[in-house]
Amino acid sequence: MTPFTTLTAVAVPLDLVNVDTDQVVPARFLRMPRASGYENYLFRDLRDASADFVLDRPAYRGARILVAAENFGCGSSRESAVWALAGFGLRAWIAPSFGDIFFENSFKNGVLAIVLPGERVAAIRALLAGKPGAELTIDLPSQTVRLPDGTVERFEVDPFRKECLLAGIDEIDLTLRYAKEIAAYEARQREETPWLA
Amino acid sequence: MGLTLYEKIWNAHAVATGPGGRTLLYIDRHLLHDGSFHAFEALRKSGRKVRRPRACLATPDHYAPTGSRDPVADPNLREKIETLAANASAATIRLLPIRDERQGIVHVVGPEQGFTQPGVTLVCGDSHTSSHGALGALAFGIGASEVAHVLATQALWQSRSRTMRVTVKGSPGPGVHAKDVILALIAKIGAFGGTGHTIEYAGPAIRALGIEGRLTICNMSIEAGARAGFVAPDDTTFDYLHGRPLAPKGADWDRALARWRTLASDGDARFDREVALDAGALEPMVTWGTSPEHGTGVTGVVPDPAREPDATRRASMEKALRYMGLVPGTPLAGLPVDRVFIGSCTNSRLEDLRSAAAIVRGRKAVVPALVVPGSGLVRRAAEAEGLARVFTEAGFRWGEPGCSMCVGQNGDLVDAGQRCASTSNRNFEGRQGKGARTHLMSPAMAAAAAVTGRITDVRTILPG
Repeated sequence: MTPFTTLTAVAVPLDLVNVDTDQVVPARFLRMPRASGYENYLFRDLRDASADFVLDRPAYRGARILVAAENFGCGSSRESAVWALAGFGLRAWIAPSFGDIFFENSFKNGVLAIVLPGERVAAIRALLAGKPGAELTIDLPSQTVRLPDGTVERFEVDPFRKECLLAGIDEIDLTLRYAKEIAAYEARQREETPWLA
Repeated sequence: MGLTLYEKIWNAHAVATGPGGRTLLYIDRHLLHDGSFHAFEALRKSGRKVRRPRACLATPDHYAPTGSRDPVADPNLREKIETLAANASAATIRLLPIRDERQGIVHVVGPEQGFTQPGVTLVCGDSHTSSHGALGALAFGIGASEVAHVLATQALWQSRSRTMRVTVKGSPGPGVHAKDVILALIAKIGAFGGTGHTIEYAGPAIRALGIEGRLTICNMSIEAGARAGFVAPDDTTFDYLHGRPLAPKGADWDRALARWRTLASDGDARFDREVALDAGALEPMVTWGTSPEHGTGVTGVVPDPAREPDATRRASMEKALRYMGLVPGTPLAGLPVDRVFIGSCTNSRLEDLRSAAAIVRGRKAVVPALVVPGSGLVRRAAEAEGLARVFTEAGFRWGEPGCSMCVGQNGDLVDAGQRCASTSNRNFEGRQGKGARTHLMSPAMAAAAAVTGRITDVRTILPG
């Protein structure tokens, strides 16, 4: 996995609440292999319905950061929603809240999902809408987002997720280092709850 | 201070503490379906093996055709179904294949087979895995990377969630069902009211429900933002599980039962959030918009976005109403529908079919209507007690089991612009097909819509 440390990039605002993963990647594309490039299906129906969808506006070209509203990525567990957004070029997203499964899926793909208070995220979206093409700087080691006006927002990140992102750690490799503990757990289970073993 | 049941199950499954204090949580049970191919592919690419095939159960559901499946004619569906069979076979994972009578929606099959049990951790690459909490399991949906992780290690890195207790009192009136309770809860706390939480459903109205009603409620926890929701197990749970094929037997049953009886939150346990709901005050619910939180009683009207103070939420409501082709102030009752779908992991079990059939009996569907039982066993039981005939004589299509029109991946789609009364769980834009307009409701309400051609308060046509 590609490590994530710092990122200075154009940020694109998406001013809608409850954007579900069915909108991010409609279900009819889910049968496609990952190698087909899920970015080809990203927001397909919203983009078909409007030529002026915010991700397609020239001013936001090359955006690598998405700034969304409450409950971004809610609904279906489809990880292809993250693959589509990441395939489009995005490496980080900021919102007041995310769907729990989407949030988890983000980190598995080297994407930093940042939660900030609603009014701060609304202010950032307004700033980006008023100044299309403006850049944000995200610094993971110091857990900060720097806005174009110099304001710095500090964010919380689970130390485990931070470490995995910074080092680009494959979680399965990490877990396999605990093979002995897992085996011991299973041995205990065979004794205590043999019907589950 | 006492512990919540969530904390007890969590503690019992903590294998190790890793970097940053995160917990490596043991996973007892893993359900797989025909959408799980990405995870098998990732596992193959990394050269890893399935660690514990016996902990897994697989069955095709998302791509299962509701028409003839002997053979599956559509090559796209056949390919997905055969891929699951090949992956399961290569890993020696138990499979209930497409032509097996036990095949069905994973969230119907797991409880039905006794694979889902109280106190276990259970995952599946599907957000409606929260359903299994109905039996007192800690069950949650995961993405493809986590599916591969569980296949390879039988564990997951997790952070403890916050806890929420939803206490439902009162007794629902005639025509009001479990689906109405959960739609009302989501309307009350919002589509992200439960984000970051695990919900425990409690109170007399929950205790009075059978397992099937509890499954409906836990199923839609994710639509309130909660990855998991459960009901502490009780005699209803134990009676349901006794004798199921994969439930413990003999002396194991007695040992299991003794353990299961200890599974409850302590009297002095503290929850991060408490929510109360009165089932006696509810009317049948219907959604008007494109989020499950867009629900109201059937006697209600389409709300006016102008009254929403927050600009972003207002714009989202306006977008929803444009998509749904609705104007503020329109009464929901009386709204014509183009078709009806009764099915999905939310509402495709025998009780659901009984409650719909009770409304349909002696009437005719006046719009195209599809009933898809959740499993082959549900289908057979419904045929044995004459429910299938009630539906087919009324002109409904009686499908083979699977996810079907809830998500349309098997080709059962609602046309653009069509309004569908649906017992499924998501009214998202495009969920049932591009441009499809979904109104979520209970099986009884969907049946009422089918026989009247419009959204109808089922209480006005209840059988005498």
